[in-house]
Parts: sequence; structure tokens; C-alpha cells
Amino acid sequence: MIEIKNIRKAFSGRPVLNDISINLLPGKVNMIIGASGSGKSVLMKLMVGLQQPDGGQILYDGADFVQMNRQEKSEVRREIGMLFQNSALFDSLTVEENVLFPLKMFNPQSKAENLKRVNFCLERVGLTNTNHLFPAEISGGMKKRVGIARAIVLNPKYLFCDEPNSGLDPLTSILIDELIREITTEFNITTIVNSHDMNSVMEIGDKIVYIYKGNKEWEGDKKDILFTDNERLNQFVFATNFLKQFREKSRNL
Amino acid sequence: MRIFFHFGRYLLLLRQLFKKPENYQMYRQELFRQMVAIGINSLGIVMIISVFMGAVTTVQTAYQLVSGLVSRTIIGAIVSDSSILELGPTITSLVLAGKIGSSISSEIGTMRVTEQIDALEIMGVNAPGYLISPKILAAIITIPMLIVLAISLSIGGGIFVGDLTGILSAQQFIEGARSSFLPFNVFFSLTKAFTFAFIISSVSAYQGYYTTGGSLEVGQASTRAVVYSCILILLSDYLLAQLLL
Repeated sequence: MIEIKNIRKAFSGRPVLNDISINLLPGKVNMIIGASGSGKSVLMKLMVGLQQPDGGQILYDGADFVQMNRQEKSEVRREIGMLFQNSALFDSLTVEENVLFPLKMFNPQSKAENLKRVNFCLERVGLTNTNHLFPAEISGGMKKRVGIARAIVLNPKYLFCDEPNSGLDPLTSILIDELIREITTEFNITTIVNSHDMNSVMEIGDKIVYIYKGNKEWEGDKKDILFTDNERLNQFVFATNFLKQFREKSRNL
Repeated sequence: MRIFFHFGRYLLLLRQLFKKPENYQMYRQELFRQMVAIGINSLGIVMIISVFMGAVTTVQTAYQLVSGLVSRTIIGAIVSDSSILELGPTITSLVLAGKIGSSISSEIGTMRVTEQIDALEIMGVNAPGYLISPKILAAIITIPMLIVLAISLSIGGGIFVGDLTGILSAQQFIEGARSSFLPFNVFFSLTKAFTFAFIISSVSAYQGYYTTGGSLEVGQASTRAVVYSCILILLSDYLLAQLLL
């Protein structure tokens, strides 16, 4: 279980996150939403330890990640899988080698067993016959799938997804969303998705946290979001005329 | 003051290289891969520059020796000593700083800006240890070998051109080279080789590791890696000469 308590972060004296506290739902998809520059990416980087907060606590099963030493952080990170915005696959390795990498590094199993696990993960994300292709030879959607396969290969307890739909067409976005939802349920992972894609939010979000200019503005579930009175959230969620009309129709039902 | 910030951060980065590897086999594989990239892939350029270095030094030394009172064998002594003491280690290292330094810096810099280093960190891998230490170790192993080869080929180039142009015979060249040979010069040359190998690999890795931004910054980091490596090679060349000669 992940709890965020009173997290603060500033860059060169400019506050980016102000006293954020969130309890994330275990085994569910937790969406962190907000406009560009709202601080949601910084929050995710703090949660995985890529940056250090100025104050507050990030608790993984009750243990404060912020206060841990490098070795302890490494132990926690082995329970974390992360899908990066640009997939962050290793260019010099094939699809198979990318997914195999964490296994080879941390799992002292035989090569055959590791390959079996790699093939299982690749098949799970719908990739077959791509094992020997390099990242430069596959599409953006396929890269995301490889990124997910690599993230889940060590059976993580937590899956972090940084803007999983950025740069993808709507159909591929839906496929990636479905995959994240299925994997979360199937492997009982606590998933944290950072997004500003409202289709994703409405499709897979079990818990939604809205960040506005570094502050937690709102939290709830996707049913609440349609009927919230929070003006800033409404402006963000129903930014287009199409969605505004959709909200009016929903209210009239 | 900025120089102290960079020097401090460079030392902190080096400290991280000495952490226990997560998996020795993976580090060993990476070391061999880097030895091929740094050593084997630099053979061609090192061989070409070395032969010409020796050849040109022979011709130019002969051009300056206008007195008939000086034996021609002195050309062999000058060319071989120059090759061992300065041309082999320093010129080869300056060339390698351009080739290997830019390659290391741009590889690590690209990994930084495309979040590949973040991906390693989140997996629980000591990214500086896995990415940088095999490169430094590979450079320290292979660059002195390349420099020994460069010295040999430089002397070989001198012998060949001296004989070909009639400046001095191969026998005269070798006689001169043997008369002035000091084993300490080889020790001094290898000391320089190890030092330069460490400078090229670590400075370039540092520049790449702390790259921020995009492709433009990767290019700038690569340029800085080459420039700073060259300056530090020349500076340490002078310091080693002062200390050891």
C-alpha cells in the first residue's frame, strides 16, 4: 500500500508541490490527472525516488521511502515496475533482451526459465514474433507494450505509468488502457497512472486525484467526476464542447 | 566556483562506481562489449595515425639535420624516443578522446534524455556502476594496448619511410633506436597511457551522465567531453613529465 503524506517540492525556490497527501487504493488503478505543468510528473518521480521531496513522507507498506538509504530504496524499487512516457527501452537491446534485462540482473534462474517468463509477458501484452526486433524497428504502441512487459516481468506490487497514451492513436490508446486495467486486476497490482487523457480516466480510473498548480484540488472516483461542483476540475475535464454537451446530457438523464 | 561544483560532482559520481555490482555476470558481459567498442573498433584509426606519425617525424627530423657531422642513426633515436615518450601516448590519446570520448558521452547522454537511465534506477540497478564502470575499466585495459601498438607502428612507419626515401637504412634506424632506448621510457609511456585512458572515459561519462534536455544538449555534452578530455590529457601530460622525468 502506498500513502503520500504532506509532500512538498520546490525548484529554485518555486513551489511545485504543496503539502500533497493521498492514500492510493491497493490493487486498483489510481489516476493522477492535471494540466501540463501542474506537478503530476514531479509527484510520480518523487514516488519512485527519481527526485527527493523537500518534506513529507512516501510510505510503502508503512515504511518511509524518503528516509531510506540507497540499498533500501533498491529493495523497494524491485517491487516497482514503470512504464515511461517514451517507453525508455534500451536501444541497443532487442525486444526480448529488454524484457529479459531485469530478470538477468536480479533473478538467478536458468536461462530457459527466464526466457519462458519473458515469452509469457510478451504474449500477455499481445506481442509475438517480435522478440528479435530492436526498439527502432517497432511502432510506438508496440514500444509501450514492451515497456509494460518489462515492467511486469519481475511480478511487481506497484506499476507506475507515466502518460501511457501520449503519442498514440485513439485505438491504440484504448488497447493500452485495457491492458493496464487487465494487468492490474489479473496480477493484483497497485497501479498509478499519470495522465491528462480523459478517455483513459473514465475508462480505467478507480480512484482519481486532480492536481492543480501543485495542490491536490480534488479526489474521488469516475462517477463523482461527472457531477462535481469543483469549477477547476470541470474546466479541466470538460474542456471541449463535445464533453460539455456530454455532461449536460448525463445530468438530464 | 563552477569548477569546484563539477569537480565535486565528478568525485561523487566516481564514488558510486565502486558499489557492489548487482550481478557480476552482467557487468562482465558489459565489460567485454565495451572492450570491443573501445579497443577493437579503434584499431583502424590508431594504426593509420601511428604509421603516418612515425613516417612524418622521420622525414621532418631528417630535414632539420643539415649537418654532415651528425650521424644519421640519430634520426632513429629521435623518432623512437618521441614515439615512446610523446607521440604514441599523447597523440593517440588525443585522437581517442575524439573517437571514444564523444561516443561514450553521446551514448550515456542519449540514455539520460530518453529516460533509459531512469528506467535502470527504477529497476534497482546502480546506473553509474552498470553504465560507467565497465567503460572505464575497458578503457584502462584496451587504451594502453592501443598505445603500445601505436608506438610500435610509429617506429615501424619511421623505419619504412626512412628506408624507402633513402634518408637512412632500416639497420641505421634500429641502431639509433637501440642506442637511446631506456626501459624507464616505456614505464613512463604506460603510466601516461593508463592516466589518459581514465581521463577520457571518466570525463566523457560524467559529461554524458549529467546531460539534461534533448538532442542539442547531447551534442553539446559530447563536444564538452572531447574538449575537456583533450585539455586534461595535455595538463596531466605536463604534470607527469614534471613528476617522473
